[in-house]
Amino acid sequence: MRALQHITLAASLGLVTLFGAGHQASAQIKIGSILAVTGPASFLGDPEKKTLQIYVDEINAKGGVNGQKLELTVYDDAANANKARTFATRLVEEDKVVAVIGPSTTGSTLAIMPVFEDAHIPLISLAGAVQIIRPVRKWVFKTPHTDTMACEKIFADLKRRHLTQVALISGTGGFGKSMSSECHKVAGKVGIKIMTEETYGPRDSDMTPQLTKIRDTPGVQAVVNPGFGQGPAIVTRNYRQVGIKVPLYESHGVCSKQYIKLAGAAADGVRLPCAALLIADKLPANDPQKPVVVNYARTFQKATGQPVSTFGGHAYDGLMILVDAMKRAKSSDPAKVRDAIEQTKGYIGTGGIVNMSPTDHLGLTLSAFHMLEIKGGDWTLVPGT
Amino acid sequence: MAELLQFVFSGLTVGAIYALVGLGFTLIYNASDIINFAQGEFVMLGGMTTVFLAAAGLPLPVAALIAIAVTTGVGLALHRLAIEPARGSSPVALIMITIGASIFLRGSAQIVFDKRFHSLPPLFGNDPIHFGGATILPQSLVVLAGAAVIVVLLWLFIERTVLGKAVVATAANRLAARLIGINTRRIVDFSFAVSAAIGAVAGILIAPITLTSYDVGTLLALKGFAAAMLGGIGSAGGAVVGGLLLGMIEAFTAGYISSNYKDAVAFLIILIVLVAMPQGLFGRAKIERV
Repeated sequence: MRALQHITLAASLGLVTLFGAGHQASAQIKIGSILAVTGPASFLGDPEKKTLQIYVDEINAKGGVNGQKLELTVYDDAANANKARTFATRLVEEDKVVAVIGPSTTGSTLAIMPVFEDAHIPLISLAGAVQIIRPVRKWVFKTPHTDTMACEKIFADLKRRHLTQVALISGTGGFGKSMSSECHKVAGKVGIKIMTEETYGPRDSDMTPQLTKIRDTPGVQAVVNPGFGQGPAIVTRNYRQVGIKVPLYESHGVCSKQYIKLAGAAADGVRLPCAALLIADKLPANDPQKPVVVNYARTFQKATGQPVSTFGGHAYDGLMILVDAMKRAKSSDPAKVRDAIEQTKGYIGTGGIVNMSPTDHLGLTLSAFHMLEIKGGDWTLVPGT
Repeated sequence: MAELLQFVFSGLTVGAIYALVGLGFTLIYNASDIINFAQGEFVMLGGMTTVFLAAAGLPLPVAALIAIAVTTGVGLALHRLAIEPARGSSPVALIMITIGASIFLRGSAQIVFDKRFHSLPPLFGNDPIHFGGATILPQSLVVLAGAAVIVVLLWLFIERTVLGKAVVATAANRLAARLIGINTRRIVDFSFAVSAAIGAVAGILIAPITLTSYDVGTLLALKGFAAAMLGGIGSAGGAVVGGLLLGMIEAFTAGYISSNYKDAVAFLIILIVLVAMPQGLFGRAKIERV
C-alpha cells in the first residue's frame, strides 16, 4: 500500500516537473503596440497593424524567437495622445510587455515616451518627427525617415538642377507644419532661399488663391509642398490649373499610388523623395534592399489584397529590428534587448540600411531616400540620385 | 486683374460646395426645427457609395442613382429609428441624436468602405476654362448649376405645392397642423428623405473637386452649416448666398491677407453678421400670431 502511494507521488511529481518544464519552453514573449488603427491617421495605423499581425504569425509558425512564441497586444489610440498614454501605462503595468512598437503618430509618441523611459522598456516608434530621436533618449528608437531628411533630399536635388529659390505651400496639419519648419532650418545651411510660404487647411478643397500668389512671386524657381493626405493631390491639380511652369516637389508623405490616382495627369513631372519599397520592381537587381522590399510587398499584397504603403514597411522594420535584437541578445530581457537594438548594424529593411549607435537611434542616411519622378502615371527613378 | 478674377473663381468653387452642402440643412430645419448634424454624412454617403459602386463595375450614372437611393433610405431610417422614437424631446436633445447618428454613420462607413481617399471623374473633363487670364474647372460650374437647380426646385416645392405648404405648417405648429389633417409624421419623414437625397447629390457633384473619404462629411457639414446660418437657416436662397459669400471671403483673405487667417476671418465675419442680424441675412423672424 505504502509502496503504491510512493509511486503515485513520484508519478505526480514527475508530471508536475514535466508540465513545469513544458510551460517554460512555450512561455511567450509579450510585445505591445499602440497604433492609430482608426481615426484621422488610420491610413498609417491600418497597414501597420496588418503588417505586424502577418509577420508575428509567420515568425511564430517558424518556431518563434529564441524558442519562444511572440504574443502581440495591439491597442488603437485613434491618433489621440491621451488614449495613447493610457494604453502605454496599461502595456507596462498590466500586460507586462518586454518591448513596444508604435505609436503611428508623432503626437502620441511624444506623449508616451516618458512612460517607457521610466519603465525601462524599449519603444520603437513608427512616427516621422525628428524630435523623437533628437535629443537621443535611452529607451526610444524609431524606424521612419525624418522630415529633415526629406527636406535635405529635395534641396540636394534642387541644387543639382541649379535651382536655389523656392516657394513653400504647406499643410497646417502636424506633418506639414513640422516639415515646413525643418525645411526652413535646412534651407539656410544648404544655400536655398525660401522666397514665400503659403498654407492650406487639411480639408481645404481649393488652393488656387495661394498658388496664384506663388505664381506671381518673382524669382520662384521651384515649389515644395510639405503635407500629406488629400491636400497635396488638390495642390497638384490646382498647380496645373493656374499654369505654374516651375518644378513641383511633394514630400515623402504622399508616397503611395493613391496620390497619383487622385492627382491624375496633373501629377506628371512631380518629384518626391520616397523609400525603396514603392519602387520595389524598379530597383536595379544588385540593390541590397531589393529582395527585402519585393518580399514584403508580395506578402502584404497577398495577405490583404491592398497595395503596399511605406507606413506598413515602417512597422515591418520595427518588428524585424526588435526580433533581430532579441536573437542577438539571446534573451527577451528589456535591458538586454535595448542594448542589442542600439547595436543594430547593417540591418536591411524596407526603409533603408539601418546602422544604429548610442548617438543615432534611427540609423538611416540620406541614401535611404530615392528621388522619384512621376511619368505617365507611374514612379520612375531620377538617375544619379 | 487676372489675380482678382482667379480669387473670384476660387471663391465660386469653394462657395458652391458650401452652398450645396448648406442646402441640405434647409428642409429638415423647416419641417422639424432640427439642425441635422448628420447632413455631412449624407454628403459622404452619396460620394463614397458612388465611388464603390462604380469601382464594382456599374456605369457611373447608375451608380450615382443607386447612391442617392441608398442615402435617401438612410435618411428615412435616421428619422424612423432615431428621431421619431424620441419625439416630444426638446430640439436640443434631437440635435444630440443627429450628432450621435453622424458618428455612427462615419464609423460604419469606415468598415463598409475603407479609410482612404477617392475621387470621381468630373462631368466635363479636367481641362480648366480660361477666362481673362484666370482659370476655373468645368466641375465648379456643374456644382454651381446643381445648387441653382436645387434652390429653384425647393422654392417651387415650398411655395407652389400643397405638400410644401404642409411642411411649412408642420414647422410652424405641429399640433395645429395635425388638427387640420396633416400627417405630420409623414411630412418629417419626407423632409429627412429629401434632405438626404440633396446631401447625396452634393456629395456626388463635389467629389471630383474635394475628393471623398469616410470622414469628409464632418468639416463640410461645419462649413455648410455656417453658410446656412449666415444666409438665414431655413432659407434655400440664403444658404446659397451664405455659401458663396463664405467661399469668397476665404478666397480673398487667402489671396490678399494671408492663407493662415482665411478660416479665422470667415468665422469672424459670420460672428459679426449673426450678432447684428441673429436671423441671418435672409432668415425670417418667427412671427407668433395670436
